Amino acid sequence: MDFGNYSSPHFPVSGSVATMMRHVLFALLPGSICMTWFFGPGVVCNLVLAALTAICSEAGMLYLRGKPVRSTLADSSALVTGILLALALPPLAPWWIPVIGTLFAVIVAKQLYGGIGYNPFNPAMAGYVVLLISFPLELTLWPAPHAGLGLSDTLALVFLDTLPAGMDLDTLTMATPMDSVRTRLGLEQTIPMMQDGELFGLVGAGGWEWVNFWFLIGGLWLFKARVIQWQIPASMLCALAGMALVFYLLDPETHTSPAFQLFSGAAMLGAFFIATDPVSASTTPTGRLFYGAGIGILTYIIRHWGGYPEGIAFAVLLMNMAAPTIDYYTQPRVFGKSGDET
Amino acid sequence: MSSPGYKEIVHQGLWHNNSGTVQLLGLCPLLAVTTTVINGLGLGLATTLTLVTSNVIVSMIRGLVRPEVRIPVFVLIIASTVTVIELAMNAWFHELYRILGIFIPLIVTNCVIIGRAESFASKQTVDRALLDGLAMGIGFTLVLVILGGMRELFGQGTLLAQAHLMFGEAGKMLTLTILDDYRGFLLAILPPGAFIGLGLIIAGMNIINARRERTAAGKLPVVQPSKA
Repeated sequence: MDFGNYSSPHFPVSGSVATMMRHVLFALLPGSICMTWFFGPGVVCNLVLAALTAICSEAGMLYLRGKPVRSTLADSSALVTGILLALALPPLAPWWIPVIGTLFAVIVAKQLYGGIGYNPFNPAMAGYVVLLISFPLELTLWPAPHAGLGLSDTLALVFLDTLPAGMDLDTLTMATPMDSVRTRLGLEQTIPMMQDGELFGLVGAGGWEWVNFWFLIGGLWLFKARVIQWQIPASMLCALAGMALVFYLLDPETHTSPAFQLFSGAAMLGAFFIATDPVSASTTPTGRLFYGAGIGILTYIIRHWGGYPEGIAFAVLLMNMAAPTIDYYTQPRVFGKSGDET
Repeated sequence: MSSPGYKEIVHQGLWHNNSGTVQLLGLCPLLAVTTTVINGLGLGLATTLTLVTSNVIVSMIRGLVRPEVRIPVFVLIIASTVTVIELAMNAWFHELYRILGIFIPLIVTNCVIIGRAESFASKQTVDRALLDGLAMGIGFTLVLVILGGMRELFGQGTLLAQAHLMFGEAGKMLTLTILDDYRGFLLAILPPGAFIGLGLIIAGMNIINARRERTAAGKLPVVQPSKA
């Protein structure tokens, strides 16, 4: 008789990795389409580049490591990594930005640690942080919503670094709403003073609130399809909104509203698609609550007091480090044993 | 303790027991200063000089020092050696000395030096201690230079930048710009680059070692471990 000594997680997981990843890809569709609508064909360009690089580098690494290439590639986990990274990148970034980021994500953050199931850090976010630290200038190339750069002009800019006549990067790009709120707060301006331009939409940041809305819809569908559990997104968004509410009530002049925090930047993408990465996140039900809450709190702290306008990536990586400890202290009670019996 | 042969000592210091990649001693300066080849070379040579001097002195007095007080005596010897080297570098390589900064005086705390004094020099004859210091130091320098080269190449696209700090005005000829118009990959210069680079070097050494073992054992029948 073979009594296996199984390691955690001791919870039944529905479906295979491949079906799960396919669900994630479908759920990302509405948000991606909305991003393309607002920020132009550069988004698609990033997605294609990152997806191709992810598949090629995963195949190359699997071959070098002597692992089955075709069957492992079919689980699409590398594809999801590439797509998630591409959605975090500015649409006008030169072509080598998504390529380098995805190479680092798949080769160093995923395969060097042992491939899917072994990576302690979320590969997409590791790749993003590498880019953010190494190429701060290129990662600010966010166009203004509906900047009106056509497909051919975008391709020329991305691949050949040439701009259409009469335009320069300053007319095409603008600081993202989160960035400009941050800068203007630094200049002693108050939030009510910023209501003039296109900075704010209905509840969140102009343009970004719709992107976040569609990622929220995709995320809710993922939850309904039982691909993700409710704990991480719920606790992360609650913690983020809770932090924002406390400081907003204390001083609404210099703090943005909870709704703005939830519907700008990468809040929804992070909560439903990035923080819920089944490998690097916490795996126990209680642990997931702590894990998500940690990400929410850290995100708010980095957004408000850190050096970068958006903090999801750093928050996720920091909590990835804490996940094994959280799991250790939140082991569920074994059925048939009382809590104090050890 | 038996005395190892000269060849064995060199082999241990340069490869088999390399202080940077196998013993993993002195990681703090190893990771912190290797942003360029020249920084690595400068610190490596200073460490080598300290190692040789302290090893020789410790070996010479090994019959005089009582074992109970040997560690404080070693520390005193190493600290005096480092102070001399620090002052000398300040005089002759002032600019390099300022770049390496705190890491020159911190050679005192480099575990390689007291480690070799305790585990080797205090038990061996002077000639062996000298050779061991030299081999260990050069092994450490090699790692520093290779890591510095990797980080400099990826980080700013040059090799041997600022070579004039060590070789005078003629050194400027040595600087190679490998990639013109390179935007720079900041990660390689920052601390994560040092950790990833060192990891890759160690992985490379492990690959070579494994391949050597395989060729050495190639003729023998290999027994596969059963999976039961």
